[in-house]
Amino acid sequence: VNANAWLPLLVLASSFVPGMIIFMLPEKAVALRTTLNLGGAVLKIIFLVLMMIGVSHGVEYEFRVPLVPGIDFVLHADALSLMFVNLSAVLWLATTIYAIGYLEDSPNRSRFFGYFSLCVTTTVGLAMAGNLLTFLVFYEALTLTTYPLVVHRGTEVARKAGRSYLAYTIGGGVLVLAGTIWLYSLTGTLEFVDRGFIAGLDIDPGVLRVIFTLLILGVGVKAALVPLHGWLPQAMVAPAPVSALLHAVAVVKAGAFGVVRIVYDVFGIEFAASLGVTLPLALLASVTIIYGSARALFQDDLKRRLAFSTVSQVSYITLGIAVAGPIASIGGLVHLVHQGFMKITLFFCAGNFAETLGVHKVSELSGIGRRMPWTTAAFTLAALGMIGVPPMVGFISKWYIGLGALEVGQDWVVLVLAGSSLLNAAYFLPILRKAWFDPPPDEWPHERSYGRKETAWMLLLPPLATVTAALAWGLFASMPGTPLDWVQFIAARKYAP
Amino acid sequence: MPEPLASMPWMLWTIALPLAGALLAFLLPRRAALVGLATALLTAASACAVLLQVAFGGPRVYPLGGWGAPLGIDLRADGLSVLMLAMTAVVGVAVSIYARVYLVTSPEKVRRFWPLWLFLWAALNGLFQAGDVFNLYVNLELLGLSAVALVALTGSGPALWGAMRYLLVSLLGSLAYLVGVALLYHAYGTLDLALLGERADGGLLLAVPLGAMIAGLLLKTGLFPFHVWLPPAHGSARAPVSALLSGLVVKASFYLVLRLWFTFTPEGEGLPILLGSLGAAAVFWGSVQALRQKRLKLLVAYSTVAQLGYLFIAFPLAGLEPALAWGGSIYLALSHALAKGAMFLAAGSIMTQGGHDEIDELDRVVDRMPLTLAAFALAGISLAGLPPSGGFVGKWMLLQAAMAQGAWFWAVVIIGGGILTATYVFRVLGFAFTKSPHEHEQHDVPPTMEWTALLLALGAVALGFVAPWALPLLDGVLP
Repeated sequence: VNANAWLPLLVLASSFVPGMIIFMLPEKAVALRTTLNLGGAVLKIIFLVLMMIGVSHGVEYEFRVPLVPGIDFVLHADALSLMFVNLSAVLWLATTIYAIGYLEDSPNRSRFFGYFSLCVTTTVGLAMAGNLLTFLVFYEALTLTTYPLVVHRGTEVARKAGRSYLAYTIGGGVLVLAGTIWLYSLTGTLEFVDRGFIAGLDIDPGVLRVIFTLLILGVGVKAALVPLHGWLPQAMVAPAPVSALLHAVAVVKAGAFGVVRIVYDVFGIEFAASLGVTLPLALLASVTIIYGSARALFQDDLKRRLAFSTVSQVSYITLGIAVAGPIASIGGLVHLVHQGFMKITLFFCAGNFAETLGVHKVSELSGIGRRMPWTTAAFTLAALGMIGVPPMVGFISKWYIGLGALEVGQDWVVLVLAGSSLLNAAYFLPILRKAWFDPPPDEWPHERSYGRKETAWMLLLPPLATVTAALAWGLFASMPGTPLDWVQFIAARKYAP
Repeated sequence: MPEPLASMPWMLWTIALPLAGALLAFLLPRRAALVGLATALLTAASACAVLLQVAFGGPRVYPLGGWGAPLGIDLRADGLSVLMLAMTAVVGVAVSIYARVYLVTSPEKVRRFWPLWLFLWAALNGLFQAGDVFNLYVNLELLGLSAVALVALTGSGPALWGAMRYLLVSLLGSLAYLVGVALLYHAYGTLDLALLGERADGGLLLAVPLGAMIAGLLLKTGLFPFHVWLPPAHGSARAPVSALLSGLVVKASFYLVLRLWFTFTPEGEGLPILLGSLGAAAVFWGSVQALRQKRLKLLVAYSTVAQLGYLFIAFPLAGLEPALAWGGSIYLALSHALAKGAMFLAAGSIMTQGGHDEIDELDRVVDRMPLTLAAFALAGISLAGLPPSGGFVGKWMLLQAAMAQGAWFWAVVIIGGGILTATYVFRVLGFAFTKSPHEHEQHDVPPTMEWTALLLALGAVALGFVAPWALPLLDGVLP
């Protein structure tokens, strides 16, 4: 263990240690808890910046200890993991600020923020996992740390949602476990490598297809691929910051990131394409995209509509990868970041509507733009991004996926993209029209006054910040330092030169 | 270790100390708790010393009274023995600390608990270090009797009934074992395990006594279908006692099965497959029963039936992958001891707090006792084999052994059992978060009780990270 091994551990510790301390804090220690929360989040970003500077100078950051006979526990910082770690760390900071404001005066905050920190720790660990076993460890741990957040409210509905959440995710974990152990018995290694570690080995392609299916279905549960998405809309009973985190950062992204790792660094995209498994995956992703959007059309509950929208949007990542062309890969990978920022904005805004005015339903949104202009503006920009309107980042993702599909001759993907954009418009534009142009009601369902401000600043600042980022990265997409720039660097390494 | 410490007869101390402590606690009933706790710490320290001795100096033999086998009695400690000693030490200390607080409200039980428990500890340590089959028998019998007496400590109707069944089973098991010992002595003229291993050459002369011994031990281990005595006994005992029974006592007879198996390495395919199949049946039957239980302690007790089944899945897998299969099974046994100990202690705290252990009436126990619930959850994670935990390492090794030889059936059993375990663990956790419509009594639970359970459960999780250092101890022990 050398000095460079400590940085990945410190990145984990910056949320793990505060989380552990927060568990022990009495409910009333608001100031200390807030300091720990924000301090940990800021510290994590500092460590990350250090690590990115190091990586750009060619330093290897790797922590490695033996875990089971023959396999190590590996935390490794490469370009892909840093992208996901960054996404998690930045959105965690935003969500923490938001959650502090959102949960003011509600019970069991120490428990909430404790698990919240653990959840981010596992997400970051999952991002840095250097082999499939370490990935599996964090993938399962993520299930366990998010469960208490899903059932946080402690109602009968929450318990049932938690049960369904576990049934899906533990089932998914079992599939990943089965695929992993099977693969290990054939290969004797599980280390992630650019362009995969399987291609050179002489293994029966039929068996490899089965293993691929097991692994992809296993991570597909968290990535909410149809028909494994059933837990996601139910998990909406959780408080808004949890939904935001679940949908934009932690759980669904862990699934999508798992797809990325398995396709690129276990099988290798070209080898996977030669096995003939990428086309079925692309079809499954397309079905999910259309199905999720179609279901979203009919949801009156705002959070449920957003949940089905997530089902649809996350599969763009899978689609971009499964198209199996370099340009589409860029679109898929960058959507990992773009969808995160747009979706978290939408959930923050939905939380603001609920918290400030008691508005939970789409049908109650009439005229809300006049009462809460800033929140509604953020919501509008993010929704336009989801539809794929330039110059929002959503456009960039769709553009690259479509272009990439044409490049490799998969023209049908463009139809999927067009159809889905139409559906996106169909379920988002009526909301926007209602919010801006319909007259507001005489009385909001459950209004709280914040004086002259439309809502508490801790609730308003995070969505404004995230939507600004989503706008800026769309406007200046080709500047250095944007997600697109970083992703082009990653994608270049995943294809043979 | 400094030289004078390193050469101390720690192996002897691990047995002599708890025996002396038991006597002292019996003679000084008013100070039983204090004596007991001090003895527990000292015994655990000597067990750690033996662990260090063996880890750095290799297997050891200590001739009692200086006579040496075959005339005298030898104590032997190898890697397997010290792992078991260490497991007993960890669970033993946790249970002792817990019990001191737990039993404060019932002083008449205090003076009976400590001598019995220390006696039991001495028998365990003696058994793990015994070098001949008769000495093993003596320890086994002592162990069984003190365990039965501990169950009867509860004093209520169902507990006495459970204790009675337990007594009969325990005696029957020991008797079968004793018959085997007598036959072995008759056939080979020695009781020393190492010598027996050299002289025994298979055939009926070995098969009959070995069969009797293993059958007796399976009865005592509670392997399906011999498990019927286990849930009532483990479920009705007081919490610290349940933790000892489920965590340690059943492991002793399992250890003995392993010891005999490693010594005589029986040939043939039939017996391993039979044992493995019984194990698989236990995994499913125990888990399904656990799912159906309405009372928390019975759920945990049935979970023991299931988890013990896992230990026997190593037998059919050991043919081609002995190191992985036995290593996995032993590692599961260690993790189960810690996890199940923690789970019973947590269940005891929950029962103390609410005065009941109805699962669907847990009534937001997470708000009242977050530490205890965390202990239960962490222990459950290890039992279900979810990473990171000792249970995961053990199951992963078993799975690896199964996959390496294409033994699909066993792989499915291992994974399926894990799903069932997760189901019954999370069923409890779900109710712990929801509010019950009924009112329940509320008692204060001392923080000591909550913390010991949590630390023990964390130990089970920590086992998930130390396998590369613990497993090499088994080199040379496994066949």
